[in-house]
Amino acid sequence: MHKDLEKYKDKLPLKLLQDIEEQVPGSKVKKVAEKVYEEYLASRVDPGEAVGLIGAESIGEPGTQMTLNTFHYAGVAEMNVTVGLPRIIEILDGRKSISTPKMEIFLKSPYNKGKNIRELAMQIKETKLKEIATEYGMNIVDMRVDVKLDSDKLDELELTPQQVAKAVDKALGLDAGAKIDGNTLVIKLKEKAEAKGLNALYRAKEKCKGAYVKGVKGISQVLPVKRGDEYIIITAGSNLKKVFEFDFVDSNRTTTNDIHEVREVLGIEAARQAIIDEVFQVIETQGLNVDIRHIMLVADTMTAGGEVKGITRYGVVSGKASVLARASFETPIKHLINASLRGEVDRLTSVVENVMLNQIIPVGTGLPQLVSKLEK
Amino acid sequence: MTEVYLNGKYVGDVDSPLEFVERVKQDRRAGSLAGEVNVHYDKVLDEVHVESARGRCRRPLVVVKDGMPLLTERHIKQLERGEISWSDLVAQGVIEYLDAAEEENALVALSDKEITPEHTHLEVSAISMLGVMTGLIPYGDFIQSARLIIGSKGIKQAVGLYASNYPLRMDMDVSLLHYPQSPLVKTAIYDVSRYAEHPVGQNIVVAIMSYKGYNMEDAVIINKGSIQRGFGRSTYFRPATAMELRYSGGLMDNIGLPDKDVKGYKSEQDYRLLEDDGIVYPEAKVAEGDVIIGKTSPPRFLSNMEEYSLASNIRRESSVALRHGEEGIVDFVAITENEEGNKLVQVRLRDLRIPEIGDKFVSRHGQKGVVGLLVPEADMPFSESGIVPDLIFSPHGIPSRMTISHILELLGGKTAALSGREIDATTFSGEPEAALREELCNLGFDERGVETMYNGVTGEVYQAKIYVGNMYYLRLKHMVANKIHSRARGPIQLLTRQPTEGRAKEGGLRLGEMEKDTLVAHGASMVLKERFDSDKTVVPVCEGCGTIAIQDSLKDKRYCPICGENVEISDIEMSYAFKLILDEFKSLGLYPKLKLRSKY
Repeated sequence: MHKDLEKYKDKLPLKLLQDIEEQVPGSKVKKVAEKVYEEYLASRVDPGEAVGLIGAESIGEPGTQMTLNTFHYAGVAEMNVTVGLPRIIEILDGRKSISTPKMEIFLKSPYNKGKNIRELAMQIKETKLKEIATEYGMNIVDMRVDVKLDSDKLDELELTPQQVAKAVDKALGLDAGAKIDGNTLVIKLKEKAEAKGLNALYRAKEKCKGAYVKGVKGISQVLPVKRGDEYIIITAGSNLKKVFEFDFVDSNRTTTNDIHEVREVLGIEAARQAIIDEVFQVIETQGLNVDIRHIMLVADTMTAGGEVKGITRYGVVSGKASVLARASFETPIKHLINASLRGEVDRLTSVVENVMLNQIIPVGTGLPQLVSKLEK
Repeated sequence: MTEVYLNGKYVGDVDSPLEFVERVKQDRRAGSLAGEVNVHYDKVLDEVHVESARGRCRRPLVVVKDGMPLLTERHIKQLERGEISWSDLVAQGVIEYLDAAEEENALVALSDKEITPEHTHLEVSAISMLGVMTGLIPYGDFIQSARLIIGSKGIKQAVGLYASNYPLRMDMDVSLLHYPQSPLVKTAIYDVSRYAEHPVGQNIVVAIMSYKGYNMEDAVIINKGSIQRGFGRSTYFRPATAMELRYSGGLMDNIGLPDKDVKGYKSEQDYRLLEDDGIVYPEAKVAEGDVIIGKTSPPRFLSNMEEYSLASNIRRESSVALRHGEEGIVDFVAITENEEGNKLVQVRLRDLRIPEIGDKFVSRHGQKGVVGLLVPEADMPFSESGIVPDLIFSPHGIPSRMTISHILELLGGKTAALSGREIDATTFSGEPEAALREELCNLGFDERGVETMYNGVTGEVYQAKIYVGNMYYLRLKHMVANKIHSRARGPIQLLTRQPTEGRAKEGGLRLGEMEKDTLVAHGASMVLKERFDSDKTVVPVCEGCGTIAIQDSLKDKRYCPICGENVEISDIEMSYAFKLILDEFKSLGLYPKLKLRSKY
């Protein structure tokens, strides 16, 4: 490290130090570092600033202007993405299952040039039996269902009828089995299920329609799109782990909008960044302007515990130290009774409880306190 | 085979539904079927529905046959001469009523010019697409549809002659306009609805200009002289009611002058207006706190033995008095009985309401505004011919709202006033703007409706020519006198010791959760504490067990209900709401213990 930078080692963030080192010629480091430090101190938040509340106001106020519209992709039926306020709520609540999971799959070179992009996309798309079937025939006499397969589609997906039969057989489980007969899939009830009669057969017929045949589970739609000078694949449905297994997928850049999946596959830091990106993107597309640091604070709060917690009574709020603060946010009686069972003590160290008691809140001018040494 | 349903119930099938429907219609027009019957063929469901039940919304249309309306010139002449009436036309099958379902099968032409052989009906008039209220708006075809709705809402809220038997009525919260007029610029609906029998507005001279910034943001300037001459003057009526209720045990209320030893007796001053029967005399001037109807009620709880022994004298005062901020003159006193035969006394108060700053006015185009300033007549702008406007309306209210009809009415009103005739401004068929301009020109005025005007204060001529003319303006029932409210200190709620809510209870204006957040965001701790100390209390707290101790002022002792007397007790300042929530915790079976620690 440059000698003039040494004294700022613990005073400036690592990233800033690195930037100065890399971008400033050695003779000017001292002056630049001085100025950077000055600027850094000036842009820090003052002690006692109510950052959380200001963040809440800063996200909440523009939230009132957001629309409830969903965004539709041109050309694809039923592929839309939740945006606007519902999406923000969804992210901040830390929902486990989101309303419109979506991935943006980037491809490695040379796959991203657009050649055979449709075939690559079809490999990812989850194919169910109903998509390759043309006809279902119920044969009551033999207690079986004949499913006619579309051979054109099979060719397109590079599937053999045998593969289909195997996949459907697996999906049907214990009650029924599937065999192939030419281009017809024959579904027959197994002996112990046969006794249940027509109902069981009908159920098997309905069940086989949704049988997984090929592709990545959960990816219901694929859409190749040109982004810049490369092609990417946008999907409805998300399955990060399985998609990463394809060797043509660029796992460094591929993203999903499912925060929980990001945490499971890539870890908590990635989840934090995903929250920031997703929220910021929504706010940006709505034409609003919110400082990213407010969102970063929210993301930090949600991920601080190593897992993604929503801003709900089960998530972040349940971790509050103050009984009164928890009770003032939804289901008060439950919180109070549990607190009293545990004999909890409220030390009145935060804002809400002090407002309730009409005491000075430990924020802003209420924070500093006088400490003096008394003469003996 | 098409299924036929009569009032939703299956009755049979027909082979050719269209023929069947046509036959029903023919029979109805010929009179062999009741006129109330409507028939509808649903192509999608392939069902015929015949409806004859009540409760369907139906509207009249002229029947069209082979591209020709059945209503002819002959009919119209006969109507004009009074030889036939509307019901004759209906009976002849010239006009028929369709319900919503049958309308689905009809093709209705808006005017006779656009009739083609496909058309089945003709609109009686183009304005039938509008309701009665909306039809009252002049030049409704020159205004944004949303504004048209706002306009008709405005008319509904206007004060006027709401009922001709108003002196006999005991309506709650009504106003009566003193000098109502019929508008100069009318629509056909005014005659049809006999509007002149219950008018709600007045024709005044309006200038569209700004005036010293006092008509910013939709405010209007009103000429004080016009008000003194009676513009917008109205009377506000509000009845007060008292009833002699019967209680169990043969006890009952008594309307009359309360005795001095009655529980809750007010001062003698408050009862001064009551006559021997305990009711105010008519034309008495009453103000806040004055009793209008004297009444006493039996004691609330009879179980108490003490009260039995003193039975006669412990009646409760329950008079009807004027609430905070109310005043008026007793207009009418009615003594009668209610359905149960109990004595019922109603006293109607009257209050003269002269327009003041803050009262609301509206034109018929949804251009509402509040009075921003009353200007002495001498200071009002005047025209060359000496015309002084009664009201000054801001030009900024026009472009974004696109109420062209407002401007047209002004032009029409001016023409009407100058020519001495009423202008027809019916939507879709009103007198065209060009005709008004021409007439105005012939009357010797600028055809654009503008005039040179002079500053009333300085006498200087205004650079711009001012658009002035006559308009029909309405006074809305929203008056500041009923809304003005302020509080510095006042009543508090019993339970929380926080200020009461609402104007009627002289309440405070709540500084709510989000308003609190702004103080927190500024870090203004002390301001926040001070702002929320309306229910501040000091309570003694036992240092031993942490519960709230008891202060016995009589014995000048303080003790803890748990630890007894020999324990340290400290005074703690907190919000009463917190003391209350501690009590609520106790009622939940929780033990909230306060741990005390010196802050410094």
